[in-house]
Amino acid sequence: MIPEEAAKLVGKADAPRVYEVEKGAIKRYADAVDDRNPLYWDEEYARNSRYGSIIAPPGFFGWPIRWTGAAPFFIPDSVGNLALEAMSKAGYPYILDGGAEFEFMLPVRAGDTLISSSKLLDIYERESKGNKLAFCILENTFTNQNGAVAFKVRQTIICR
Amino acid sequence: MARQLYWEDVEVGSEVTPLPRVATTQMLVKWAGASGDFNPIHFEDTFASKQGVDKPIVHGALKRAWLVTLMTNWIGDNGTLKKLSCQYRGMDRPRVMKSLYEPEEGDTWWCKGKVTRKYVNDGEHYVDCEIWVENAKGEKTTPGAATAVLPSRG
Repeated sequence: MIPEEAAKLVGKADAPRVYEVEKGAIKRYADAVDDRNPLYWDEEYARNSRYGSIIAPPGFFGWPIRWTGAAPFFIPDSVGNLALEAMSKAGYPYILDGGAEFEFMLPVRAGDTLISSSKLLDIYERESKGNKLAFCILENTFTNQNGAVAFKVRQTIICR
Repeated sequence: MARQLYWEDVEVGSEVTPLPRVATTQMLVKWAGASGDFNPIHFEDTFASKQGVDKPIVHGALKRAWLVTLMTNWIGDNGTLKKLSCQYRGMDRPRVMKSLYEPEEGDTWWCKGKVTRKYVNDGEHYVDCEIWVENAKGEKTTPGAATAVLPSRG
């Protein structure tokens, strides 16, 4: 049973959050992934590329970047976190990241400002190998400083 | 970067150039810091055990980031990644470190893919790919899909 406290959050979105895309954060991310693509590292190389400057790897601002709102359990008052808390009380104490779907519309450059809002799209239960699981689907849309959507991510959190 | 890939260079069934990756405890710490995911399930034995996964596991999103590298390396600077999705189906466990810089012997993961569809839409040259991360036993722990636009020789 999906508890009423969680069900009533479906369709709700968090207040928009604003993020600055920092060059140092891009390099730390690329380093953690062990991605040596010079578009993330080499100023001159990036300047001479079709992007004209350092870009962020696609998906840089996806789950589980803490402050994007895409990682619900790190943001106490987010719609995603409230839903997971309600699910926890309803007998689903553990969560796992189930997966993500990204759609990239525009490159993200160092120095861009992104505005994101996370929305709870759906919660449903399903049986898998005799276990009952619940799936929380969150969608996050990132709009840049020019008002254009740079990318969208839809993620699945599995409650068990 | 390597030579640019063109749409004319690939066919349905073509292989995405495989990318080897080694997950280490050190890499997981770096990823936690870079991504902001400080879930202790990825670095604390006791917590992982209480969560029912026995030992710390590799972040799903790190494997997703590997798949992004797989695609961006293959499509080159003038290719554009349009979509990427994956599911975290199987758990992977990192190698421990032997020294400050080197991991102990152990598993290597391979990011792989192949072209499933090739088409032109609105004058742009697309490829769809099946992609995945494979563990040392050859199991696809992280299956997914990607769509990219490649330059055309016209």
